[in-house]
Amino acid sequence: MVAEITRDDAPASTRIKPVRSPSPYPSWFYLPAAIIYGVLFLFPTVASLFFSLTRWTLFDATFIGLGNFQQFLKEPFLLQGLVNTLIYAVLTSGLKVVIGLALGVMLTSQIVARGYLRAVIFFPVLVSTVGVGITFTTLMHPTAGAINTTLALVGIHGPGWLTDPHFALISVALVDVWKGVGLAMVIYMAGIVAIPQEFYEAASIDGATGWQKFGSITLPLAMPATITVIILSLIGGLRSFDLIWAMTKGGPGFTSDVIASVIYKQYQAGFYGLSTAGNVVLFVLVAVLIVPLSAFLNRRQVEL
Amino acid sequence: MRRPIHIWGGIAAILITTVVFIVPFLFIVVNAMKSSREAAMRSFAMPAVWRLWDNLVEVIQTRDYMVLTAFVNSTILTVASVTMLVIFGAMVGYVLQRRPSIWTGPANFLILAGLIIPPAVVPTIWLLQGLGLFKTLHGLILIEVAYGLSFSVLLFRAFIATIPRELDEAAIIDGAGPMRIFFGIILPLLRPVVVTVIVVQSVAIFNDFTNPLYYLPGNKNATVQLTLYNFLSQFNTSYNLLFTDILLITIPPLIVYIFFNRQIVAGLTAGAVKG
Amino acid sequence: MTLRTTRRVLIATAAGLALTTALSAPAYAEDVTLSYLVDNAPSTVAVAEQMIKDFEAANPGIKIELETRPGGGDGDNIVKTRLATGEMTDVFLYNSGSLFQAINPTQNLVDLSGEPWQADVLDSFKTVVTAPDGTVRGAPIGAAMGGGILYNIPIYKELGLSVPKSWAEFMANNDKIKAAGKAPVIQTFGATWTSQLFVLGDFFNVQASVPTFAADYTANKAKYASTPAAMKGFERQEEIFKAGDLNADFAAATFEEGATKVATGEGAHYPMLTFAVSTIQQLAPEHLNDVGFFAIPGDDAASNGLTVWMPAGLYIPETSKHQAEAKKFLAFAASIAGCDSQTAAGGATGPYLVKGCTLPKDVPPAVADLLPYFQQDGTTAPALEFVSPIKGPSLEQITVEVGSGIRSAADGAALYDEDVKKQAQQLGLPGW
Repeated sequence: MVAEITRDDAPASTRIKPVRSPSPYPSWFYLPAAIIYGVLFLFPTVASLFFSLTRWTLFDATFIGLGNFQQFLKEPFLLQGLVNTLIYAVLTSGLKVVIGLALGVMLTSQIVARGYLRAVIFFPVLVSTVGVGITFTTLMHPTAGAINTTLALVGIHGPGWLTDPHFALISVALVDVWKGVGLAMVIYMAGIVAIPQEFYEAASIDGATGWQKFGSITLPLAMPATITVIILSLIGGLRSFDLIWAMTKGGPGFTSDVIASVIYKQYQAGFYGLSTAGNVVLFVLVAVLIVPLSAFLNRRQVEL
Repeated sequence: MRRPIHIWGGIAAILITTVVFIVPFLFIVVNAMKSSREAAMRSFAMPAVWRLWDNLVEVIQTRDYMVLTAFVNSTILTVASVTMLVIFGAMVGYVLQRRPSIWTGPANFLILAGLIIPPAVVPTIWLLQGLGLFKTLHGLILIEVAYGLSFSVLLFRAFIATIPRELDEAAIIDGAGPMRIFFGIILPLLRPVVVTVIVVQSVAIFNDFTNPLYYLPGNKNATVQLTLYNFLSQFNTSYNLLFTDILLITIPPLIVYIFFNRQIVAGLTAGAVKG
Repeated sequence: MTLRTTRRVLIATAAGLALTTALSAPAYAEDVTLSYLVDNAPSTVAVAEQMIKDFEAANPGIKIELETRPGGGDGDNIVKTRLATGEMTDVFLYNSGSLFQAINPTQNLVDLSGEPWQADVLDSFKTVVTAPDGTVRGAPIGAAMGGGILYNIPIYKELGLSVPKSWAEFMANNDKIKAAGKAPVIQTFGATWTSQLFVLGDFFNVQASVPTFAADYTANKAKYASTPAAMKGFERQEEIFKAGDLNADFAAATFEEGATKVATGEGAHYPMLTFAVSTIQQLAPEHLNDVGFFAIPGDDAASNGLTVWMPAGLYIPETSKHQAEAKKFLAFAASIAGCDSQTAAGGATGPYLVKGCTLPKDVPPAVADLLPYFQQDGTTAPALEFVSPIKGPSLEQITVEVGSGIRSAADGAALYDEDVKKQAQQLGLPGW
């Protein structure tokens, strides 16, 4: 992001226009979006920042300075929530990249039934998160669920997918991948299709194997797709909430809590000032992680 | 000729994806056909009595045909807000990518903020009340646009970076104005990302639960996700009706998907410009 | 100039006309429509629909439109948000006790102290819907509940067991039940709120050994972790888990499954509130007569008593435009006809809080077991949330952890003391 800006900035600002014509990139293009965003999101959000310095019951607010931030950083499950958030984000975005890329390569090859496979893998993207959560909670029931009853048929005693503290978070992450991998796949397909066929032909003439072609052509040239997938799923993973809430509510106990669910619980309990302070902390955290990462990824893209 | 690996690999892929992706949906369908007591067993067994029709009727009639109202509301909401998200998002992404200025930094910050910060519910309601938009579909449409803009802009900007500047410059030389360049040249080239935005945002908005709950209260204003909560409560869950409802609200995306499957995938892949 | 004046006059006239029509509307408009918000539990909705039907029949000219909201913490947020933004329905149903205190009743709710029907409402209910300024702000809806143990009568008969009066007897019964191959205690952590009964339902016993606990606890002088009597609830939950007395699917089972299990004899005991009787009536009506009830026993068989939950209240927000009609509905709810309407839709689950309200003769055995506690002196104590405004929001997660061996009882109690602190500070209580 940053690299791009500095590079492009110079010619645009130094160019001297002989004739005053309207810019082809008029500023008013920002306007409709800016008004809606500014009025309905930015303004209430900034207003609410004030409440992060108060003890707020919705009915009245008492100014307590940085007390909420102190309290939030002392939350007993904040650290665990932070670790869980990172595990969840890395696990889901990593799996989406690997599986999405594999599926993308597979479905742009000559494999049979491409249409069917693409349709089937993509469909979960369209289904409601709550619906997916309910369905998988039922399938993952420790004793009656279809997954464990099937495993029992072949003599495996399945774990409590969502009730065992060691498995709960990972199970939810896997369902997240199940639901989201279709989008990653399609983004990769777009990226792979766009790679000029001549590269592969030239490589074939040089006697490259399939793996070599993948490693030296597909992987680097599908980098923009990888960046999109990583950024999207990393942001999604860091703010992940819906699916975790629908499936475990952070449980059993507090064991699959992520930062977003810790914040939501404060909100649910009526600690509105505290949850606003938590949002500020979450924002800083995500910004600290995403901004350098996206700058780094974009720089790599530029170099290619 | 296809090589054997493409056939055997394909068959293996079909088997695996069927188990992984189709079976959970079959589970929904099977349970939507059961009686309340049978569905509560969570098993995959075929229903003893087939009750799909009764369940459907019951779900549709619940709370004064709330599901039907919800469908109408959700459709209007989704179509209107996604249209705005595409056009306004593309406009911002375009100028943001093409003409870096002092606004680029703040704009990037705001985009990130919009992606991350959860909205402040109560101040937003105060504001909507002040504007006379609370409890109106218009208000909720604007809210969904405001909350979805960051994501759209991010995607559009990334994609516009792959469209050569020479195209705009050629058009400028031909004397085209900004509107012509954007709507006549750039937007059609953006088809893949437009399709992505449409798909992702329609799914998110059609399936949104929290925002309608807060900004559009009242039975007449229900949206489809809220109907799930008719059957899912703290004290009593009717799994058969719940799964029937999930089935029912999954059908519209399914139909849209079947109809536009080709366009979606073709749009996403074929138009792709080298990145 | 003249044209403009004319237009102004026209507009003024039109506005005046509109205003007159609006003002005189109630005089000849037939219907006032009240909006009424309840939680989405099927039993609540069924009772609400029946009451609306009966009320509308008795009060032509008033229509009531029902709205539902999710229960639990999400529901609390909806209620608070709608009150804070002035968008609450004309009448709404919400908890009494500590949750009632958290919606700022003095500021938000209509004062109902002067209503004639308050004379028929029992004082025990009035105290739990009384705002800090001493005024009564709610009307009772639903029946009082006991928090104790539902048990399967056929298992007790078959094994020759008797209802335990002390914890030792209870554990001895559990050993026999386990030896007979049944699950002695049902837990349903799939619905986390159900995990709190051992702690919350033990409050009669806490009160019996430390009578000042509630007051000291509110004043930040007594803690769960440092009061042995209060620790008992956590310890017992741990003990039950360690003894291996739980049903196999305790970690994922839901409330409905727990209710069904105790009714069908898949398990012997289910710690629960007595309103579960209506759930059993819906899910396993043929087993309704197989379920009995007793209070959570303490150490001492001589002092055996029940922890009691007060029902929810009906409230009118200050912002309602139809307060007179809304009061009529509350008056109906607090009348004998109102109680009968509730019994007709939801069955008899416990004693009502309105004088003169009676239950049918053939109440289910669990309810029959419940009633004697109310009829004697000194065998009931209100749950802590009705005598102290403080209830920590994370108790249900903590009791799930203690009850499934993830955390020790001592740790759990200490954690809960921390949790409670935030709530006390939020309420601005002195001494925190």
